Amino acid sequence: MKNEWKKITRFRLFLPIMCLILVLLVNVIKTPSFFFLSVRNGVLYGYIIDVINRASELVVLAVGMTLVVAASGGTDISVGSMMAVAGAMSCYVLSGGQVSVNGYAAPWIAGALSALAVATLCGAWNGFLVARMRIQPMVATLILFTAGRGIAQLVTRGQITYIRVDSYKYLGNFIPHVPLPTSIFVAILVVVLTNLLLRKTSLGLYIQAVGINKDASRLVGIKANKIIFFTYAFCGFLAGIAGLIASSRIYSADANNIGLNMELDAILAVALGGNDLAGGKFNITGSVIGAYTIQALTTTLYAMGVTADQVPVYKAIVVVIIVTLQSEEFKKWFAKAMAQKKPVEA
Amino acid sequence: MEENVVLSMRGITMTFPGVRALEDVDFTLRKGEVHALMGENGAGKSTLIKVLTGVHEKDSGVIRLDGIDHPIENKSPEEAQRMGISTVYQEVNLCPNLSIAENIYIGREPQRHGFIDWKKMNVMASSLLEQFGITADVTVPVGHYSIALQQMVAIARAVDMQCKVLIFDEPTSSLDEDEVEKLFTVMRALKGQGVGIVFVTHFLEQVYEVCDRITVLRNGKLVGEFAVQELPRWQLVAKMMGKDFDDLAAIKSLRTNSPSDETVIKTNGLGHQGTIKPFDLNVKKGEVIGLAGLLGSGRSELARCLYGVDKPDKGSIQVGGKDFSASHPLDSMEAGMAYLPEDRKKEGVIGDLSVKDNIIIALQAKKGAFHLLSKKDQEKFADAYIELLQIKTRDRDTPVKSLSGGNQQKVIIGRWLLTQPDFIILDEPTRGIDVGTKTEIQKLVLQLADKGTSVMFISSEIDEMLRTCDHMAVMKDGQKIAELDAAELDQKTIMSTIAGGGK
Repeated sequence: MKNEWKKITRFRLFLPIMCLILVLLVNVIKTPSFFFLSVRNGVLYGYIIDVINRASELVVLAVGMTLVVAASGGTDISVGSMMAVAGAMSCYVLSGGQVSVNGYAAPWIAGALSALAVATLCGAWNGFLVARMRIQPMVATLILFTAGRGIAQLVTRGQITYIRVDSYKYLGNFIPHVPLPTSIFVAILVVVLTNLLLRKTSLGLYIQAVGINKDASRLVGIKANKIIFFTYAFCGFLAGIAGLIASSRIYSADANNIGLNMELDAILAVALGGNDLAGGKFNITGSVIGAYTIQALTTTLYAMGVTADQVPVYKAIVVVIIVTLQSEEFKKWFAKAMAQKKPVEA
Repeated sequence: MEENVVLSMRGITMTFPGVRALEDVDFTLRKGEVHALMGENGAGKSTLIKVLTGVHEKDSGVIRLDGIDHPIENKSPEEAQRMGISTVYQEVNLCPNLSIAENIYIGREPQRHGFIDWKKMNVMASSLLEQFGITADVTVPVGHYSIALQQMVAIARAVDMQCKVLIFDEPTSSLDEDEVEKLFTVMRALKGQGVGIVFVTHFLEQVYEVCDRITVLRNGKLVGEFAVQELPRWQLVAKMMGKDFDDLAAIKSLRTNSPSDETVIKTNGLGHQGTIKPFDLNVKKGEVIGLAGLLGSGRSELARCLYGVDKPDKGSIQVGGKDFSASHPLDSMEAGMAYLPEDRKKEGVIGDLSVKDNIIIALQAKKGAFHLLSKKDQEKFADAYIELLQIKTRDRDTPVKSLSGGNQQKVIIGRWLLTQPDFIILDEPTRGIDVGTKTEIQKLVLQLADKGTSVMFISSEIDEMLRTCDHMAVMKDGQKIAELDAAELDQKTIMSTIAGGGK
């Protein structure tokens, strides 16, 4: 019994999962309606669905961020801006340069692909600066963090471009006759495919090796710079997917608001997931749980009637608690406290 | 407390998860003595020192220090330092991006009106280093200097802090003979001032040169404390290994085949600007070629140039008779080379990864990202080399960083053997490793050569090279100055070649 408990607590994802459960537990007491599901017009409604739905962009970003952190020991702070660029590109292609359209000027797939291409290009630029030019990740990605929204404005010529076509809304809302929001499936697909990519090839091992010891990795024949470059380009690609979802939700390209401050939540999700921000070993599932925890927290606060401008304060408090719970120092202290109790039992 | 005793440790026990690292160990240090702490890798020397300096917390036992009337509990190295216990570690523990002066006075900078007095600090640092006979620009970041000089800076820092107990944890592994001599002079001076010195080393001759007393540990237990004159060298080795020690010189008889005449690698004026001057070298199949020379003479640089870590900018190289040029170490690996780097911590182990991953990673990289080795194969390979090299690890999934130095080295050797190289470069493979493992590695080198692998063996210990090499190239000031063949290989010829620049 005791051994089993030990096995459970040693499990790497134990703490991230506990934190998510903790946030959900608060709702059991405070807002029981949190867990109610209802069906309206053939689709599911409820806070839980809302959490999973709204977290989709964050989940997708967190996956990319995890790899960037693992390989380079740095963070990509331009993901929010890259989302805006992707959104702008998609709307520009689909509107044919108009401010508002009621029909596609180009096939949807052309818009989506050009958005992903431009986001991947942005990521590749980051990767080039970090891997090849050896610029610190924070500084390298700061360039697109600031310039990205400017580029998005250029693409849309400073206007908010609307695509008033039903099918454009599918990605961020519902596809007819499907009871769950589309973005949920996109997020799951991204997580599953990325995991497959990392496990069926040796990329996962390479990324960890490069993050732990770049010099040693190079000597054993791993092209460390290419690996780092890849993670940034991939992170850009995923930011493109997140940008498409965000743009579809508001069926427009709002260069100033799409993905605003999302980079911080994405980094936080990685940390909440129990990943070391110094790079090396990583756990994507942890980051995904982290992302859902953040969204659950936000939605919980709204459900409890906290106003939008106060949410960050409460969020900060809870984050401090969660991060403390996972810190090595706290674990040591806790282990000691438990050890001192033992003689009394005996 | 007993008269004259500066430090006493009694009944020290310490457990790591699943391993009892120290069991009821006693250690006594007297004023003004140099006390050697001896044992094989994993015997508990480093753990005992880490307990003393507050890096690890002991489970039980009592530590007493002269002048303090209650047992002390060090929670951190800083606390130990305040108590008067300073340490110079095996691996250089400096901040490479800070200057020498900053490194020496970090945390205790001389101040003036509440600001750091940079001028005074630099002057103090310079004069401190001069005591060691070193003249260096103390305002230059430490990372720009050689490992040897960095080590001296670390020693200077420890010495400069007022201390009762000074611990040297393998300080000489990266020093050449002159530097070792300087260090010993400093040690003797400190001894005269009444400082108790703990000296951990693998070099037996150094123990007999400076130490007064020896404490031997084996498998985390105390074997005993001896005065140096009462314990002849062979008995010390026997006590460390727990068995009688077969003569190291005998291992050369393991060799049954002699090297063939077939040339595996041939260089023609190969060189790299700023590190190694153009050299010609022939490596034959099944030959052990030694690179001798002082530290910093260009031994490692030659190896790095050959393997393509530093891309050569002059000359050409032929592998198996064909022209070859490497733009990445991977190219060299594909040509059948393997390279065990000198700096194990920085360029060898991938610390957080498991023993298994560390073993298979080079083969995996050679196969390419899209040909992942199956889980079964990975485990099979890892287990095979753990078994073959007798790697002491709890299991194959243990992070490699939790292994002792010698076992980490074996993991890296296993990593390269798994790639089945035709030519393997071993740069200081036995540095910081206990006598038993050293012998194993030397035997392995001979076995490899016997099976037709060519080995380049680089070592600071001439004894070891004599035991293993068929052929030797001598390096000086970044240049290959001579080659010695089997008939010329003896201590005296090598020494005079290194010293004189000719045979």
